[in-house]
Amino acid sequence: MIEVKDIYFTYPTGVEALKGVPLTIGDGEFVAIMGQNGAGKTTLVKHFNGLLKPAKGEVLVDSVSTRDVSVAKLARKVGFVFQNPDHQLFSETVEEEIAFALRNFGFEEATIEKRVTWALNLLDLTEYRKTSPFMLSGGERKRVALASVLAWDPKVVILDEPTIGQDHRQKENLRQFIVQLNGQGKTVVVVTHDVEFVAECNPRVVLMSEGKIVADGEAKKILTDTALTLAASIVPPQITQIFLGLTDFGFSYDVIDVSEAKKILLDYFEEAKR
Amino acid sequence: MAVVETKALAYTYPGGNKPSLRDVSLTIEKGEFVILTGPSGCGKTTLCRCFNGLIPHFYGGELKGDLRVAGLRVSEHQIYEMAKRVGLVFQNPENQLFALSVEKDVAFGLENLGMQREEMKERVDWALQMTGIEELRERAPHELSGGQQQRVAIASVLAMQPEIMIFDEPTSFLDPLGAQKIFEVINDLKNKLEVTVVLVEHRLDLASKYANHVIIMDEGKVVLDGAPREIFNSETAWLLGVGVPKAVRLWRLLQENGMVLEGVPVSSEEATRFLREILKQ
Repeated sequence: MIEVKDIYFTYPTGVEALKGVPLTIGDGEFVAIMGQNGAGKTTLVKHFNGLLKPAKGEVLVDSVSTRDVSVAKLARKVGFVFQNPDHQLFSETVEEEIAFALRNFGFEEATIEKRVTWALNLLDLTEYRKTSPFMLSGGERKRVALASVLAWDPKVVILDEPTIGQDHRQKENLRQFIVQLNGQGKTVVVVTHDVEFVAECNPRVVLMSEGKIVADGEAKKILTDTALTLAASIVPPQITQIFLGLTDFGFSYDVIDVSEAKKILLDYFEEAKR
Repeated sequence: MAVVETKALAYTYPGGNKPSLRDVSLTIEKGEFVILTGPSGCGKTTLCRCFNGLIPHFYGGELKGDLRVAGLRVSEHQIYEMAKRVGLVFQNPENQLFALSVEKDVAFGLENLGMQREEMKERVDWALQMTGIEELRERAPHELSGGQQQRVAIASVLAMQPEIMIFDEPTSFLDPLGAQKIFEVINDLKNKLEVTVVLVEHRLDLASKYANHVIIMDEGKVVLDGAPREIFNSETAWLLGVGVPKAVRLWRLLQENGMVLEGVPVSSEEATRFLREILKQ
C-alpha cells in the first residue's frame, strides 16, 4: 500500500509542483493519474519509489517511510518506467538492458536468463534480443524500458505516459497487459493524458491540477464531468462528446465506452420502432 | 499541382537488414492536409526523412526510385536547400528548442540562411503572430509549457516559409486540450497560407476531422491512400489495427447490428449531427 500524507514539493527552480497531496493507493489497485501538463503528476509518482522526497508530509510504502529506505531497495518493490525511454536505456543490447537491474539485485545468472527471455517474449521483443536499443523505434524503446522493469517483478508498477508513440495495436496490447498484471494482483499506476486509453481501461482516476488533487473516482464519472475535464485541460472521450450533443433527445452523456454507446442507441431505436 | 511525388521509392538504412521503404509511390497535392499513419515501425518517419532530404544526405544508404518534393529531385539537392521548402516539426519540442529566448529560436533558421536583419524581423513577427505566441517573444523556451514550446517549434519552422510542413506526432507530449489547440494552429496555417501539411499521427480521434487525405503504411509500403471516410471504413485499416476514430467504430457497430446508416462520421461532431438527423425522423 502506498500512503501519501499531505505532501508538498518545490523544485530548486522555485516551481511549487505539489501543494498538499493526500492519496492512498491500495494493493492491487489500478489507478490513472491525469491532468494537464505541469499539474504535478510525474512529480507525485516520483515520490512513490523515493526518487523525490517530500519537503513536507511523508510517503509510506507498505508502512515504511520513503525517507528511511534507499531508492535501490524501494525500486525492488516499486518499479518505475520513465516517460522518455532514453532517460532509462544505456546498454549495448536489449538483452543486457533487461539483465542489468537483475544483476544489480543479485539474481543468479540462470534466473536472469529465464527472466530476460520471459520479459522479451512478453513484450514482443525477442527478435531484438541482440539489437542495440538505440537502433529501435521510439515505440520499441518504450517496450524495452517496460520489459527491463517488469523483469524484476516489482509489486507496484508505475508507468509514466506509456502510450506515447505507441500505435493502436500496441496500445491495445498494453491495455490487455496492464489488465493482466493487475489481475495477478500487481498495483498499477499510470500517468497519462491519453483520454481514450483511460476510457478503454476504466481504472480509478485521480485528476490533478496545479499541484493538487481535484477529483478522485471511477473513470466514467470523472471523464464525463465536463467542468472537471475542462479545468484539467482534458477533452472528454469521443463517445462522451457524441452523447453531449444528444442530451435534448433524452440521452445521458455519462458514456465512455463504444460498446455501451452501441447498446444505448440500439435500445433507443428498438424502443422507437414499437 | 503535386508538391510531393514518389515513384517506386525504396530505402534501407546503412547496416539495416531489411528495407524500411519498399516500392512507395504516392502523390500529395498542394494545400492538402495529409495524415500519414500505420503501425509502429511501418516506415512513416523514414518517408518523412526522405521528404526533407535527411535521407539520403544525412542518414546515408541508397535511395532508389524517384522522389520530387516542391519541384526538386531530392537526391540532387542538399539538406539546406530542402529545408527552405520542407519544414519538420518533431514530437518533442525540447529536442528542437535551445535558444535563450523564443524570438532567437524562431530567428535561428533565418540567420543560417543569411537573411537581412529587417526581413528577418518581419518574418519572426509574422511567424509568432501566426502561431499565436507574440506575447511569449522574450520568454525562455525551457520555461514554457509543453504546448507553448510546441508552438515555438512550429513558429521556427514556419518562419522559413516552407511549402510543406511535416509534423511527426506533434502532440503526443501534450495534454488533450493543448493537443487540440496545436491541431487548430496547424489547420489554420493550412487554410490561410495554403501550406501543405503532412501529419504523422497515431491518435486519430482528435486529428481526423482536419484531414482530406489519409495514407496508411505497413512494412515499408503504402497500403491505403485516399479520402479519410473511405480509408477509415476499409477492412484493411481495421485489420492493420490503425486507431480508427471511435465515431467510425460506433458507426460500424451499429451497422453490424442491423441499422441502416449512410455516410461515415470521422469526428464526434459529425457523428452527433448524423445521429440527430436520424433521431429527428
